[in-house]
Amino acid sequence: MTRDIRSLRRALLHLVLAVIAALYLSPLVYMLSTSFKTREGAGSTDPQWVPAPATLDAYREILGSPDSPILTWFLNSLVAATGHAVLVLVTAAPAAYALARLRFRGRSAIFATVVATLFVPPVVLLIPNFLIVNELSWVDSLPAVIIPAAAGAFGVFFLRQFFVTLPGELEEAAELDGCNRWQIFVTIALPLARPALVTLFLLSFLTNWNDFLWPIYVLLSPESLTLPAGLGNFQGANNIRYDLLMAGAVIASLPVIVLYLVAQRWVIEGISRSGLKG
Amino acid sequence: MSALTESGDLTVAAEPGRSSGTTRRMRPWTPYAFLAPYLALFAVFMVLPIGFGFWTSLHEWDINLPDRPFVGLRNYAELFDPAGVDGSRFWTAMKATGIFTVASVPLLVVLPLAVALLMNGRFKGRNVYRAVYFAPYVLGVAVVGFVWRFLLDGNIGLVNHYLGLDVQWTTDVPPAWIALVGVTVWWTLGLNSVIFLAGLQDIPRELHEAAMVDGASAWHRFRSVTLPGLRPVTIFVVNATILASANMFGQSYLITGGAPADQTKTAIYLIAETGLRQFDMGTASAMSFILAAFLMTASALVFGAFRDRSRR
Repeated sequence: MTRDIRSLRRALLHLVLAVIAALYLSPLVYMLSTSFKTREGAGSTDPQWVPAPATLDAYREILGSPDSPILTWFLNSLVAATGHAVLVLVTAAPAAYALARLRFRGRSAIFATVVATLFVPPVVLLIPNFLIVNELSWVDSLPAVIIPAAAGAFGVFFLRQFFVTLPGELEEAAELDGCNRWQIFVTIALPLARPALVTLFLLSFLTNWNDFLWPIYVLLSPESLTLPAGLGNFQGANNIRYDLLMAGAVIASLPVIVLYLVAQRWVIEGISRSGLKG
Repeated sequence: MSALTESGDLTVAAEPGRSSGTTRRMRPWTPYAFLAPYLALFAVFMVLPIGFGFWTSLHEWDINLPDRPFVGLRNYAELFDPAGVDGSRFWTAMKATGIFTVASVPLLVVLPLAVALLMNGRFKGRNVYRAVYFAPYVLGVAVVGFVWRFLLDGNIGLVNHYLGLDVQWTTDVPPAWIALVGVTVWWTLGLNSVIFLAGLQDIPRELHEAAMVDGASAWHRFRSVTLPGLRPVTIFVVNATILASANMFGQSYLITGGAPADQTKTAIYLIAETGLRQFDMGTASAMSFILAAFLMTASALVFGAFRDRSRR
């Protein structure tokens, strides 16, 4: 009896989750399908899930157009997101470690100041950071989309929470072995923090990859744009060609989807880490 | 220190009275060296701009003009004059931001929590579902915005076709708000779900088991164990979502372009256009500080609302 109820509940759960999944997958399937349609097919009022006739015309047109160097944009996005994520790890990890594990004058004041900026709405930084980036001559170049955002407090806050929970015995043992603080950080703390570091890397990468407002205003010439900023330029077109738009969206999506499928394991590992604390 | 042995045995318990992480041998500047790279970025791109932004807001500031006269609070005064050009544009945009935030935040908290609760168990396919729901967040706002602009197209869009409607989702209000909120929920539901799911896994299983032993119903366990256990995560999610919604830009830029008549042009959209297209940086900075004051008030209210009631 209870077994019946349990399997019924399970079936219901799967039904609900599958319906939600369908709402997530169908727009992406339709995007893919439309990218293979002709110009007329994409503008048809009847929904066509399987393009008839199927063609690569949209891809040929978008990849062949000098106004939309989409492969350059992709490369720019990859460099920017990777560079940003690396910069966040390299600067936030030692800072978070010091704030979590070391005793020194001004520690609580520094930590309080850093955390306080988590509550500063980023909009107040928009105009002055543009002026600062302009002073540094970074406008229209990748450092503008790599460096300023790494000043955000999230990485330090996130990693500090992790370092605080590390057992002190390991560090003490390493200290007895004659390790200095830097060696303890590199050989003991960082390897233990690997799941948190991977999670932070992926989150920073994705945030940067998704960033839209800042790049469309700080990057100007076609060859220096990131992918979202470049695609954003299509928005201005009067006559929307959905076949081209969807082909561009597919090109923008595929590599990230592949990356995501590979890295998903790490996201899960990074998240389940928090379950191991207890 | 004289009692130190050469033993590197990891199982040796910490000496009593010595809290973990306490540092003994360390040069006085070591912690500052650890902090220096981050603090350099923090100083230049976080602390400096906050002050510099306020300074800018007190000036008539155009990036292309050498002369930037100090005008005191005049930029603010102009914005608080709803009859003026800047004032009326600004409050239309603030209203748009307000509508979007109020409409989207509850959905972006409740729906991801519900999805996280559904997925908080062991069953086949759980990771696949989670991967699917999280996928749009990975794709980014540009892809998501364009796909939905297509699906929401008033003439050939799938949404109208399958719902049997004839609604101009991208150019009419209120349909445009439904569209913008819906797309945002679709886009970021997975992110908040994953955060809630991590929070759910942090709640010690013993608490649930103890409540079960006490004969508590599922609803009672949810109220007395799950929700209190999720409080820190919820505060984080609510705050982060308010900030994200109040900074909504891409969806509006890509799907409605602010239409109709700038009614869906959000405050940050107007600030970016004013400061970074028309280069009226003084006015734009003043706008951003007013918006920030609203946002910080909202955050304070969230913290007030979620304050630990047991300490009353």
